[in-house]
Amino acid sequence: MQCQQCDKQAMFHITELETGNVRELHLCEDHARVYLNQAEADSQQDDSDDGSGSIGVGQTAKELSEIDQKFCDMCGITFFEFRNQGRLGCPHDYVQFEEELEPLIANIHGEVKHTGCRPKRDKSAEDQSVLPESTEELTSVIGMRKKIREAVEGEDYEVAGTLRDDIKKILHKWHAEEPTK
Amino acid sequence: MKFEVLKSSVGEWLKGTGPESDIVMSSRVRLARNLAQYPFVGRASETERSEVEEFLRSRLSKTSVGSRLEYMDLGGLEDLDRQFLVERQLISREHADATGARGVAIDSAEQVSLMINEEDHLRIQCLHSGLDLQAVWEQIRGVDKEIEAVVPYAFHERWGYLTACPTNVGTGIRVSVMLHLPALVITRQIDKVFRSLHKISLAVRGLYGEGSQALGDFYQISNQITLGRTESELINQVADVVPVLIDYERRARDFLLEETERNVHDQVSRAFGILRTAQTISAEETMQLLSRVRMGVLLGLVDDLHVSDVNKLLVRTQPAHLQKMKGIDLDTKDRNIERARFLRSYFESGSSDEN
Ligand SMILES: [Zn+2]
Ligand SMILES: [Zn+2]
Repeated sequence: MQCQQCDKQAMFHITELETGNVRELHLCEDHARVYLNQAEADSQQDDSDDGSGSIGVGQTAKELSEIDQKFCDMCGITFFEFRNQGRLGCPHDYVQFEEELEPLIANIHGEVKHTGCRPKRDKSAEDQSVLPESTEELTSVIGMRKKIREAVEGEDYEVAGTLRDDIKKILHKWHAEEPTK
Repeated sequence: MKFEVLKSSVGEWLKGTGPESDIVMSSRVRLARNLAQYPFVGRASETERSEVEEFLRSRLSKTSVGSRLEYMDLGGLEDLDRQFLVERQLISREHADATGARGVAIDSAEQVSLMINEEDHLRIQCLHSGLDLQAVWEQIRGVDKEIEAVVPYAFHERWGYLTACPTNVGTGIRVSVMLHLPALVITRQIDKVFRSLHKISLAVRGLYGEGSQALGDFYQISNQITLGRTESELINQVADVVPVLIDYERRARDFLLEETERNVHDQVSRAFGILRTAQTISAEETMQLLSRVRMGVLLGLVDDLHVSDVNKLLVRTQPAHLQKMKGIDLDTKDRNIERARFLRSYFESGSSDEN
């Protein structure tokens, strides 16, 4: 069976009971998620009117289009692209779009703070003090690789060389050197 | 060759053993993980995807778990072989159908599978037969710990493990239990049960096929939330509801036996009769009939057949398994003929063969 809102296969089959009325919904995973989140937001609407639960509520079209144009400094994804695909571009997006993602994440999970396991790196990693609160520094090499590509295009090989050295240092610090071929 | 090994065995999760295995087919946990130093798979270039694959393969080979696993380059496999792995639940359909550098590492018991470049750089999956979530969690946490010692997972103090989709962020954990609930379907109580599950933010999906009545009455229950609770809390959320569902299903089965035994016996016998004699049969019909027979076996209405036989047939009658067994590609029409032939000969030769 097909999703009622797109071509994908319907994975969720929801039966809604509304005042003596039975309504059947057949939705793919993505649309079911949207639907269920919406249903939840609707039910919350009764007790709180501020509409802070989801993006697009209480924001003007102009504000929305400004948000859409924001992009990630590392991977370059725009918030618009994310909204369209439902997938983020790189780990830095959680920092770059933190403000925009927070209500969305709160809506999905009902919480905005991780409380589970955290990674422990091998003892041989040089600087344990930087681990593992955040891997932002390591993620910054994504942006540096982009700058290398731009430098090479502009034939600025000196800058490209410096950036390569910087990347090597960071990868080494984080014990993330590329495998030798 | 690896596929010969896989072909002649069936996964541990199909053995039909483990606690509550009359109703609980399998217990699964998967963890979504990403490397900090690369864009997520959907945004990575061809080169970056290859580098991610190389990096992970090289690091995994240094762990004791990694060295016990068999690695398969999915891009280098035939469609049919990828489909086979999907039917075996070792990779996802999305992973099979994707393009670019990607692979999977599988242990010989088919309990652990590491998917590289699925939606996230790494997806660790652990699958056991029956209701066994605690053991699954301990096993997968062990694997995760070994890997995290040598792989820099993308992590953020507030958001936890960072994933391509915000629906997985935090713990990155998806806990699921696959249930066989034919009596709840027959007694039309299944929708009521599911509505109550949605209310406590658990997701339900039919395992096979589509339609509001999941093909073969197999349903998967899993957590939807991944952030703001510990892994144990999320596992318990699923684990706590399963005994309730088991109890509902058992009561529905008892009800069927007490109130409508002749009808149920008739349905089961007819299903078994068709499976033993059909000349051509679709995958969907096979699934439905096997589900009825499975319930019949468990209610003591079918002799000479074990639950594990039915479990194996559920997988081995699927398209890629049939074609791998036959050794040639078959179109739908020929597959239906081959499926019927396989079922007839399986039941003729006595059900409890070693495969
Ligand atoms: Zn859809
Ligand atoms: Zn990014």
